[in-house]
Amino acid sequence: MTGAGDFWAMGGYAAFVWPAYAITLAALVLLLVTALRAQRQAERALAMLEGARGRRHARASSDKPAGDLA
Amino acid sequence: MHRYANPARFLRIVTAVLPWSAGASAVLLPVGFYLALLGSPPDYQQGDTVRIMYVHVPAAWMAMSIYSLMAASSAVALVWRHPVAELVTKAAAPIGAVFTAVCLITGSLWGEPMWGTWWVWDARLTSVLVLEFLYLGYIALVNAFDDATRGARAGAVLVLVGFVNVPIIKFSVDWWNTLHQPASIMRLGGPTIDIHMLAPLLVMALGFTSFFVTVLILRVRAELTLRKLRVLRLAQATA
Amino acid sequence: MTAASLAFRAVLARDLRLGLRHGSDIAMVVSFFVLAAVLFPFGVGPEANLLTRISAGVVWVTALLAAMLSLDRLFQADYEDGSLDQLALSPAPLAVIVLAKAAAHWLTTGLPLIVVAPALGLMLRLDPAGFVPLVLAMLIGTPSLSLFGAIGAALTLGARRGGALVALLVLPLVLPVLIFGVGAVEAAVTGLGPRPHLLILGALLAAALPLAPLAAAVALRQALESA
Repeated sequence: MTGAGDFWAMGGYAAFVWPAYAITLAALVLLLVTALRAQRQAERALAMLEGARGRRHARASSDKPAGDLA
Repeated sequence: MHRYANPARFLRIVTAVLPWSAGASAVLLPVGFYLALLGSPPDYQQGDTVRIMYVHVPAAWMAMSIYSLMAASSAVALVWRHPVAELVTKAAAPIGAVFTAVCLITGSLWGEPMWGTWWVWDARLTSVLVLEFLYLGYIALVNAFDDATRGARAGAVLVLVGFVNVPIIKFSVDWWNTLHQPASIMRLGGPTIDIHMLAPLLVMALGFTSFFVTVLILRVRAELTLRKLRVLRLAQATA
Repeated sequence: MTAASLAFRAVLARDLRLGLRHGSDIAMVVSFFVLAAVLFPFGVGPEANLLTRISAGVVWVTALLAAMLSLDRLFQADYEDGSLDQLALSPAPLAVIVLAKAAAHWLTTGLPLIVVAPALGLMLRLDPAGFVPLVLAMLIGTPSLSLFGAIGAALTLGARRGGALVALLVLPLVLPVLIFGVGAVEAAVTGLGPRPHLLILGALLAAALPLAPLAAAVALRQALESA
């Protein structure tokens, strides 16, 4: 390889090599982003539910005897 | 919270592994890309299109390995009713589907300049396409039920029914006259490929694998959280 | 007589009776088969050579799709009214019952398609040498469709959009049947002889006969457990 131009040209096959690498990179990024988003969404939903439950616990325990689901 | 006990232990293990696999991916992938694009010579016959091999082949290996992993975890889920095994299968499926798609697309991009065609209905390409349908069918099936457990169990059966496709993919280039070239790495007698090409290939393969492990752990953690959510909601509804 | 063969006969007879009583269902499957195949000359033009080249494929693909139509009902009615629970509790293995249901499905779906297929071949200008191989290949191949279809039907019991999902799951599994079914006709037409293809279809059927009912039975038990 003799220069930057040659590198991008990929021996004339640029139209094939670069899309292949772009797709691969895009796929990896997609997998990572969706995994992180799924985790964040799930944790947020759980936190909301546990928060609501905690508040209900506090309200309930003031007027109900013990024996709640834990 | 005894019902979370086993998954909790699993969670502790994967949380410990996560930084290692993430770190490995962060190192191996850039090195792999460098070797593939810059640190290796063009091929005598194929020129620079051979660089497509460094993403196409590892993606193909991932596509088949992930399905095999799903088959193993499905078998564990069905035989031992292991709840975490079901979640591993479910979490792995989208990753496998994406790698299969990458394999098919990069294969087309390699086939057009080399074979003169974007697609050919030979045994190898057809069976990999079937693999993609199996992945997508699994995802559709698992998500088609309101009862998540039923969906996961049905999916496990489907994965095992479709597993016969994996050896077909592997040996298709040996059993049939195909346009796709025969195996040059995973074969008895060792690889026939030159070391300068083997290196980027293996580094990319390891990079993809550690990346898969990282994403899998993230997805399984999300699935475990979702399951905790479902249990809590059920407990609230019956309170 | 074992419990298994008794159950097989009983379920087969019952499903056949039900299937024949709703004769309109059979007519619907056959009508779809004919209609879908007839669409092709309209779509690609009536030029004889072209139709001859695609005739075997069109007949097979439309037969496949027509066979998928009635699959989601294979277990549905029994599942909903509780008969499936009873069948699962009976001493006969659930796989035998699945086999009986798949047999009934084939008799009420596959067999009518085979009867009509030659007429479609005529309309699509199938090469004369292809008719007998087509019927033979369908005779050996369509039972596999019912067997693999039973797996799909069992897996999707109680699912949303079960009908479309069954086709999505089963079609990739029966691709070999399609490939060798069409291959048999093509081989006969080009003079190479359909025997290897027919033998492979036979092998597929031989594998499906014991294995598909087992897989479907596992899936059925899952459906019944979570009901």
